[in-house]
Amino acid sequence: MSWKRALIPLACVPLIILLAYGFRTDPKAIPSPLVQKMAPGFRIAIYDGEDVSLEGLKGKPVVLNFWASWCYPACYEEAPLLQATWQKYKDKGLHMIGVDIQDKEESGREFMRRFNFTFPNGPDPGSKISIDYGVYGVPETFFINRGGRIAYKHVGALTPDLIEEQIQAILKE
Amino acid sequence: MGLTRRPLRMPGTQVSRGVRVWLIALLVYSSLEVALGAFAATGPGNTGAPAESPDLDERVREVASELRCVVCQNLSVADSPSDLAKEMRNLIRELLQQGKTPDEIKAYFQSRYGDFVLLEPPKRGFNLLVWGLPFVALGVGACGVYLVAKRWTMGKHESAPPLDPVYAERVRRELKEREGSSGP
Amino acid sequence: MISTLGGFTIFLALGVTLYAVAASIYGARHGREDWLASSRNAILAHFCLVTVAIFLLEYALVTSDFSLRYVANNSTQGSLTRYKIAGLWGSLEGSILLWEWLQSLMASLVVARYSDRGPSGCRQLMPYVQAVMQGISAFFLLLMAFAVNPFARIFPIPPDGRGLNPLLEVTDMLVHPLLLYSGYVGFSVPYAFAMAALITGRPTEEWLRITRRWTVVAWMFLTGGIFYGGWWSYRTLGWGGYWAWDPVENASFMPWLTATAFIHSVMIQERKRMLRVWNLVLVTLTFSLVIFGTFLTRSGILGSVHAFADGPVGVMFLSFLALVLLFSFGLVAYRADQLKGHGELDSIVSRESAFLLNNLVLVGICFTVFLGTIFPLLSEAIRGNKISVGMPYFNKVSVPLGMALLLLMGIGPLIAWGRASLNNLKRNFLKPALGAVAGAAVLYALGVHQREVLAAFSFCFFVIGTIIFEFVVATRTRARTMNESFPTAFGTLLLKSRRRYGGLIVHLGVVIAIIGIAVSSVYKVEREQTLKAGETMTIGRYTLRFDGMAAGERPTHILVWANLLALRDGKPLQELTPGQRFYPNQQSPFASVDARYRWNEDLYVVLSSFERDGSSATIKAIINPMISWIWIGGGVILIGIVVAVLPERQLALLTVRVKAQVA
Repeated sequence: MSWKRALIPLACVPLIILLAYGFRTDPKAIPSPLVQKMAPGFRIAIYDGEDVSLEGLKGKPVVLNFWASWCYPACYEEAPLLQATWQKYKDKGLHMIGVDIQDKEESGREFMRRFNFTFPNGPDPGSKISIDYGVYGVPETFFINRGGRIAYKHVGALTPDLIEEQIQAILKE
Repeated sequence: MGLTRRPLRMPGTQVSRGVRVWLIALLVYSSLEVALGAFAATGPGNTGAPAESPDLDERVREVASELRCVVCQNLSVADSPSDLAKEMRNLIRELLQQGKTPDEIKAYFQSRYGDFVLLEPPKRGFNLLVWGLPFVALGVGACGVYLVAKRWTMGKHESAPPLDPVYAERVRRELKEREGSSGP
Repeated sequence: MISTLGGFTIFLALGVTLYAVAASIYGARHGREDWLASSRNAILAHFCLVTVAIFLLEYALVTSDFSLRYVANNSTQGSLTRYKIAGLWGSLEGSILLWEWLQSLMASLVVARYSDRGPSGCRQLMPYVQAVMQGISAFFLLLMAFAVNPFARIFPIPPDGRGLNPLLEVTDMLVHPLLLYSGYVGFSVPYAFAMAALITGRPTEEWLRITRRWTVVAWMFLTGGIFYGGWWSYRTLGWGGYWAWDPVENASFMPWLTATAFIHSVMIQERKRMLRVWNLVLVTLTFSLVIFGTFLTRSGILGSVHAFADGPVGVMFLSFLALVLLFSFGLVAYRADQLKGHGELDSIVSRESAFLLNNLVLVGICFTVFLGTIFPLLSEAIRGNKISVGMPYFNKVSVPLGMALLLLMGIGPLIAWGRASLNNLKRNFLKPALGAVAGAAVLYALGVHQREVLAAFSFCFFVIGTIIFEFVVATRTRARTMNESFPTAFGTLLLKSRRRYGGLIVHLGVVIAIIGIAVSSVYKVEREQTLKAGETMTIGRYTLRFDGMAAGERPTHILVWANLLALRDGKPLQELTPGQRFYPNQQSPFASVDARYRWNEDLYVVLSSFERDGSSATIKAIINPMISWIWIGGGVILIGIVVAVLPERQLALLTVRVKAQVA
């Protein structure tokens, strides 16, 4: 058998390698093009509070978290962590805003009551903010630095280490 | 198979045979025409008196059908029943009303969700592979087919392959039978 | 109890299968008939064992034995019995068992049919056919023995099961997977014969005859499965479409394309002994694509509605795919020279060339679909950029190729073998071509102005013209020469030249389906509107009046629906109740489509959303003109295949051909 002929079966090898690579990728994860770009401005009507706009927080580090009462179990896992982190950093110049997406007001308020959220949270009618931030699921968290850029985006429930690390990073500058 | 040239028996006139074929064809064709023509009349643009401009609905659908619903599996924003897709359609409608072009709207979503949100890969860079390769492959294949066919026709000039004797015998027998039965 | 027994059966079957492989090969190489006989018995024993396993699992399902994890995951106490039975193929483990059962069934049928009878050429192939088929079975049994055991236990035993996905608890679930799997597994038979032919290095035409019939039958099941899947999708999912170019849908389409190519090019090999190696490649490709398809479905590397994956299964399937590809193409490369036929063609303008083009287009479409399916993965691997290749892409690239294929469908059957003279071309194609042009002109006059639509329909008219021409003229000829009446002649023709006329019926079915696809996509009308009670929306000639919401409890879910009245030209036509189904352990509701399905157009309505207090509802309405023609076309295709594949008497075929040519 000539060597040229051997090429025929060997031609299948790159395909196998490509498919094997497929095991390492997550078909559901969508990389965000917004990281390192300026965070899109928004205005959100806070439950029991005044409107908050990103413009008004210029020059301050912001943690923007998207959640929903129907997002089980991830949002329920990270909610206590969020509140605890807020308690820790609210006097250190950090701002935290929660966006309740595609939810009913009652359920959203119930969720907030359950986890004693004291940081500002509000709904997102029309999903404008969600779409602006390229949100495709919950929970998602954006860490915005003082310069107004999105330093980091996290998809899924936050972990203590991660949240610490990212907050330190945006507080520093 | 085609029209025979030397019929064994005299048929009705050539005309009646041809006419039959035509009639059947005409029947089938006309029914199709009627059916298809009916839809041309009720095609897009003739949707009757709508509440809003039908144009806008159509344009929303057109743009939405080229965007991917990010929370579904393989559906377009136009087809998806999910809430997020609905809001995206509303947003598209607003943007269209503001005067944005479909390309601008697609770019808007692209800048937020990445290339992933476009249902067909943008025609630049690496993606040209997926747009071009099919045609390249077809072209190569067509050349291959041509060369193969050419090679086959060349070989014919050398010598005719020997006729399979079993086959030849059958042909002889059939011909004999045929000649015997048809008569003068 | 069942768990242990079931697990034991699998292991035993695996052992028997491996023995069968060894015995077949040993018996063949040493010419030992006793070993070969033993291997055949082993294959039958293997089938019995797997049947026992199926029986055990079904028993557990029907009696709701929740000590088995699979039963707990795929059925509930309260499910209807038929859905308990269907739970067998509801998710991964059971579907593998079903696949393996079909595989062992096919192997047994092949052994029963071909080992004793059949010409000697076939006899020599049989041991290797057995070895290959048992080898495939061995893989699936290995999967079940070590990775995805359908008989695994669960502890603690839950009081009730999770049940099938609600989308699957429908009658369609009883049909679609079985059709598809029969098709997929069926293709392993021609593949095994192809491998055997390559291993023994004997260029016999016998394997072709056997292979062809199996391929056509498997192809019939796959065609049925694909059409049925589209029909099910359309009636149930609520997005108004039937084909989304989803990776798993593509995975079923690709082997269909190569199998279609094979069915056609096989005719050239039969007549002229050409394209031997190419046909072997096509059969191998078809089977490889089947394995590739199952790999995609079960590995989760590409997101899909259908995917049901996890764990080591993906790696095992990929390994098996690699093995199949390397082994098969290695064999082809090794033997290609010895199998080459001698090709002779009188003229480039001939049916042989038309078939070559047919193969080119079909394989071209397959390549395109394959490229589009794996391209997102390729892009991510090489550029790290995640992109989507979706419907717009596939539609854009497959439509021109489909049109080429359509044209070939008209030309192929009527162009002469060997050398098509100008006269032959004129005789057979002038009238249909004129008819096509005339038909297009009429359409234009009726208001159809889009170029692609006109082109597509003129091609359809052309093909229909050639089919009518062929049927009528041949019937006429026969009626005259045999002095039979028209209907008798028609019937006899159909019976005696089943392959040819069955094939023409299949082509007719394809054209009908294409017309359905073309019209329903181009002239589709869609409106979405929010209505308050009493308000109406217009779509086409229809008006829909919203008469309020309602809700009710069903055995497995809560159904919420909108009461709509459809009117046409002011007159009440039908009540439609599109709704949403809320299941207890599902996060979002499932659509409950309601529609008015008619041969000429469908009025399709979906409830997009509604206010809790029932004051308003958002209704999406779609008019799909002539979409039923797709399903009708599918039915005609199946009828055509059945006509073509029933055993025919070779002599009768020869007789008709000779008479026609002499006359």
